[in-house]
Amino acid sequence: MEKPLTQHINLQQPLSLKEYEAKGGYSAVRKALKMTPQEVQKMVQESNLKGRGGAGFNTGMKWSFVPMGENAPHPKYLVANADEMEPGTFKDRLLLEGHPHQLIEGMIVAAYAIQADISYVFLRWAYKKAAALIRKSIAEAYEAGYLGNDILGSGWSLQMHLHTGVGRYMCGEETALLNALEGKRATPRAKPPFPQISGLFGKPTIVNNVETFCCIPHIVNNGADWFKGLSKSEDAGTKIYGVSGKVNRPGAWELPMGVTVRELIEEHAGGMKNGYKIRGILPGGASTDFLTVDHLDVKMDFKSVAAAGSRMGTGTMIVMDDATCPVGFVHNLQHFFAQESCGWCTPCREGLPWVERILLSIEKGEGRTEDLELLQMHAQFLGPGNTFCALAPGAMEPLQSALKYFRDDFERHIHQKGCPY
Amino acid sequence: MLSESEIHAIDHEVSLVPHKKAAVIEALKVVQQHHGWVSDEKLEEVAAYLDMSPAEVDSVATFYNLIFRKPVGRHVILLCDSISCYVMGYKKLYEALHEHLHIKFGETTPDGRFTLLPNACLGCCDHAPALMVGEDLYRDVQVQDLENILAQYK
Repeated sequence: MEKPLTQHINLQQPLSLKEYEAKGGYSAVRKALKMTPQEVQKMVQESNLKGRGGAGFNTGMKWSFVPMGENAPHPKYLVANADEMEPGTFKDRLLLEGHPHQLIEGMIVAAYAIQADISYVFLRWAYKKAAALIRKSIAEAYEAGYLGNDILGSGWSLQMHLHTGVGRYMCGEETALLNALEGKRATPRAKPPFPQISGLFGKPTIVNNVETFCCIPHIVNNGADWFKGLSKSEDAGTKIYGVSGKVNRPGAWELPMGVTVRELIEEHAGGMKNGYKIRGILPGGASTDFLTVDHLDVKMDFKSVAAAGSRMGTGTMIVMDDATCPVGFVHNLQHFFAQESCGWCTPCREGLPWVERILLSIEKGEGRTEDLELLQMHAQFLGPGNTFCALAPGAMEPLQSALKYFRDDFERHIHQKGCPY
Repeated sequence: MLSESEIHAIDHEVSLVPHKKAAVIEALKVVQQHHGWVSDEKLEEVAAYLDMSPAEVDSVATFYNLIFRKPVGRHVILLCDSISCYVMGYKKLYEALHEHLHIKFGETTPDGRFTLLPNACLGCCDHAPALMVGEDLYRDVQVQDLENILAQYK
């Protein structure tokens, strides 16, 4: 089984530029520079690579909206979203700490495809080890002539900077991230215009997730068909999946797109710890709907998880065991979302704290039967179409599915006037 | 007054962006690196230096949870309180820290040694529960580990 993204991962001593070159590293930059930018875009589009940050949009298609040619506005920007903060998600940390040059190579190829001039790695504050490694790797890439002016004699130039954030989940939303890079509050922007047309400082900008960029060198080296062939499903490539919670071997693994939930939990994560059973699963981070033991044979790809009523999201799942109170679990999630709401639009700013307080009162045994209807109502009011960005709708996904699958638990709290766990 | 080294560092950040205002977060980071936190006085100086109003700078400063607008201890403990650490028992760590240091979330020990803050997902979900002290990350933390961890920070 091929594992292109993680074959060179080394968490103790990641490859230096020279070591990576010896293993074929940066050959994708050399190859891409011999192609036209449009050819690179087309190749990535045909590979059917979908964004690994959670939204799952075709990456090459996303790039294709950037104005190209002599009359295109400059500077154009390219940003790696390394602000990994979705609760339960730890896949980009692995790529950043284990093989930083793969990200940089992918960013250079992507920047060439859209003819960007300036690029940023937007890294969350907490990833200290990654920051040091990326800083060192960018310096090595400049020294080797893969960054800077007239890259490998192509006439094309690219600068790259590391930007470390100062907190807030909202920075992971791509337009909020751009506001943060401009030194503003990280609130989302209205779309359209989309960042491809008017992004950072009003210029054409592409923002992609770390894992997405890490796929790019392999697609350019091996072709679109090879990338599609890595997968077990309609969605192409491999995926970094993860499992956390009370399992025997929590971790992250690169596997063909489309492995089942069961395979991830039972084989890779070693099954549940002794004495615990699976109660629910958030398949792709905090802002995805619960799946249950009835969904263990669902394939982990964008389409199959959607058909099961949830989203693949980041592909890093959180397992809720039978000794963990679902009400307390969902309260923890809503506490996070209420705290991280940027306050820009009313349903999210006002609604999430109400949801959090209602859940807390139920957990403490002070809930009323009608509170469940109130929660259900919020799940609709804060759902898709009523807010500026996806934060509140994402927050409602685990809430609405918890009300569906674990309603008995909510009712027991109310009737027994306390938490039975 | 902003010190020479603060101004030097802020000027460098300003040189990397198309207009001065865009460097405000970096400027606040510079001030915090020098003083541990951002006081009203320093915030006003940053505002004057970047041709912004103090209110505009404060709107940015208060948005980001790792820009400190109150004094903090010499070492800031960030305890992850997100979902995987919740499942794996971060609350036991909180209770033990509270018992040991006699402070709650948001508080600083009277000797100015530690500030205890909750933090959203640290991205160590496969090694939960996790916490950071200053810039150091600790994973798979058990209550009995805490004393040795804290002893390293004077």
